[in-house]
Amino acid sequence: MRVIILGATSAIAEATARLYAKEGADLLLVARREDRLLAIRDDLLIRGAAKAEVAVRDLADPHGIEADFARFVAQIGGVDHIILAYGILGDQGPAERDPAQAEEILRINFNSAAAWTLAAAGALEKLGRGSLVVIGSVAGDRGRRANFIYGAAKAGLATLVEGLAHRFAGQGPRVVVVKPGPTITPMTESFNRKGALWATPEQVAAVVRRAADRGGPVLYAPWHWRFIMLIIRHLPTFIFNRMNI
Amino acid sequence: MTRFAPTEGVLSWGRVIRETQDVARPLWREDLPGLLREDTAAGRSCLAIGARRSYGDSGLNGGQTVIDMTGLDRGIAFDPARRTMRAEAGMTFDALLPILLRSGHFLPVTPGTRFVTLGGAVANDVHGKNHHGAGTFGCWVRRLGLLRSDGVEWELTPDDPTGLFAATVGGLGLTGIITWVEFEVIPAGSALMDTETVPFDDLDGFFAIAAESEAGFDYTVAWVDCLATGASLGRGIFSRGRHAPTGTRLLADKTGPAVPFEFPELALNGLSVRAFNTLYNWRSRMKAGKAVVPALSFFYPLDALRHWNRIYGRRGMYQYQSVVPPSAAREATRAMLQTIAAAGQGSFLAVLKTFGDRVSPGLLSFPREGTTLALDFPNRGSDTLSLLDRLDAIVREAGGRLYPAKDGRLPPDLFRSGYPALGAFEHHVDPQFSSRFWRRMQAAA
Ligand SMILES: Cc1cc2nc3c(=O)[nH]c(=O)nc-3n(C[C@H](O)[C@H](O)[C@H](O)COP(=O)(O)OP(=O)(O)OC[C@H]3O[C@@H](n4cnc5c(N)ncnc54)[C@H](O)[C@@H]3O)c2cc1C
Ligand SMILES: NC(=O)c1ccc[n+]([C@@H]2O[C@H](COP(=O)([O-])OP(=O)(O)OC[C@H]3O[C@@H](n4cnc5c(N)ncnc54)[C@H](OP(=O)(O)O)[C@@H]3O)[C@@H](O)[C@H]2O)c1
Repeated sequence: MRVIILGATSAIAEATARLYAKEGADLLLVARREDRLLAIRDDLLIRGAAKAEVAVRDLADPHGIEADFARFVAQIGGVDHIILAYGILGDQGPAERDPAQAEEILRINFNSAAAWTLAAAGALEKLGRGSLVVIGSVAGDRGRRANFIYGAAKAGLATLVEGLAHRFAGQGPRVVVVKPGPTITPMTESFNRKGALWATPEQVAAVVRRAADRGGPVLYAPWHWRFIMLIIRHLPTFIFNRMNI
Repeated sequence: MTRFAPTEGVLSWGRVIRETQDVARPLWREDLPGLLREDTAAGRSCLAIGARRSYGDSGLNGGQTVIDMTGLDRGIAFDPARRTMRAEAGMTFDALLPILLRSGHFLPVTPGTRFVTLGGAVANDVHGKNHHGAGTFGCWVRRLGLLRSDGVEWELTPDDPTGLFAATVGGLGLTGIITWVEFEVIPAGSALMDTETVPFDDLDGFFAIAAESEAGFDYTVAWVDCLATGASLGRGIFSRGRHAPTGTRLLADKTGPAVPFEFPELALNGLSVRAFNTLYNWRSRMKAGKAVVPALSFFYPLDALRHWNRIYGRRGMYQYQSVVPPSAAREATRAMLQTIAAAGQGSFLAVLKTFGDRVSPGLLSFPREGTTLALDFPNRGSDTLSLLDRLDAIVREAGGRLYPAKDGRLPPDLFRSGYPALGAFEHHVDPQFSSRFWRRMQAAA
């Protein structure tokens, strides 16, 4: 099993990589912080990965995405699963007033992620098999005042993945978007994490790992978010507008 | 980036003390100095904590700050040829076990739960069923990283001339943050154990089997029926084992059921404790004899029921563990068992074991040569506390000591008398570090 992880320093990605390591997979870890990548690599090798390599790259840089993806595949001698995990939450308030900040949230979470998704899907199509799991968010299911710029990017990404899944229907390659609910990771460090709905990166990782084998094209993590979002999406506007969520 | 946030519900395993603390859970070692600087600037004390499997108050820092180390859980280097493992302090024994077994190795020493971190194992210098041969976990530590509040990260070895290594092993987290640990692992051919279970009828029976078993078995422990009195005082089951040389190296990969919430008080009246003890006794007797069992069930029978501490309800429980020197062992153990039986506060578990003469490396390490008795008591307020006072008197008289990781009420005078190296230890305490336990000890000084 050969796995490429884009955004391998994310807490959710690291938890997912540990599941693959336990299976003895070959891993290619891509992110922009080399020291962290190396620490994760050493750990994954100890945990059982047959091979773990790193590639340092700013994933938001739009130049040469397709060529770099081909390089990644060559670096570990082929690919079976691809996980796209990087992203930023951004700061909604300032981003509403500062177009540069809004643009950055969209560029990282949508434009660049879409480019990697298309490059990865293209590679899978050529191979005629393999899985791509893209991490979206429940924030993409209905725009909320707290984070709708981030949510819009994740909505776009989910639509892109759904479309690819439609195109690949009945063929070899699989494309899935996993939408986590609030998860205890550095991304949500500044939140007040009271309440029962917070998941651990390990819980989300288990869904991501399973998604690479079966199910989709849209999966929630943990699964109960599917029902919560079903309700939230269907709440009439006059009720939704009064809710402080 | 990581920060402290006021948090309730960060309890120790005994669940008796409930105080709010500011908790940070960093994921990268580079975050640690910043957290310490924040504490220094705010004039607050700090304490690093692991998986919170200590029962008492040595892993709590109410009203102050704690750094939860469980997010720093990466392996750093494993060298099967040299038999050394180096990992971040938050890595648990649960995560280490499958890694070590895959290459035919095992933890050199393990406590009765695998959900402890390396940092916690070092800071309490934990012991296991192989103490008579292997000594404490600290005996196997080759090197460790210690970050102090002055920003200096030390790399300490057992021959460290400053004494900081000896203060840190068993040092209850008071000398700074243990960032990583390198320790020696032992060979083990499989994830199975060759075991024997032998019932004994009284306390003399225990001492006889213990003496006879220690040469031939790496691991020994006994479970005692705390409610038995008179001629059967101290009756119980002796369990001994060694690693099976061949067989599967895979651990049974299952997580058992969990106790979902704190049980109401009435679940634990004397009657149900009695029924539990009798059943446990009967069940083991049925299985007396030789058996090959999975390592997980041999070492960690309690881990099969996650959050089992919740059955003690809102008020939590006290765990009480003493060690008394060999010369006083028989008499003091007998006196403690009599006192417990007379009080009728039956303990779910009474674990009895003899410690060997291998010297513990820490200034405050609990294990010393002698006999150790560990008991749990549901917290019934003053009844329980006065029973523990009576046990204290026996331990004091016998020249023994209590394990700070266990009861959250260890009396300061007994701490001082039990740990003669306390004076030497105090020089190494980091001025920015403290714990509820430490403040309790200092207040009395
Ligand atoms: C079911 C059960 C069985 C047990 N059996 C045994 C046994 O057989 N033998 C035995 O010795 N113990 C036993 N214990 C106790 C347990 O092994 C110890 O309390 C152990 O230290 C817990 O480790 P932890 O990671 O949970 O640490 P915690 O309980 O969170 O912390 C323990 C101490 O270590 C310090 N600490 C933790 N991490 C660090 C760090 N990175 N740097 C500096 N200080 C740190 C804390 O400040 C605290 O003083 C048992 C506990 C349970 C629940
Ligand atoms: N946490 C939640 O509540 C939650 C909920 C729903 C969805 N998600 C999604 O889950 C995914 C994983 O996030 P997480 O929760 O695990 O948070 P995280 O630990 O903060 O991970 C985010 C990762 O993205 C990386 N990254 C950001 N911009 C990058 C860039 N330009 N190039 C390379 N890497 C970049 C970050 O690396 P650096 O350290 O280099 O910045 C970081 O490792 C994200 O897509 C997120 O949107 C999270």
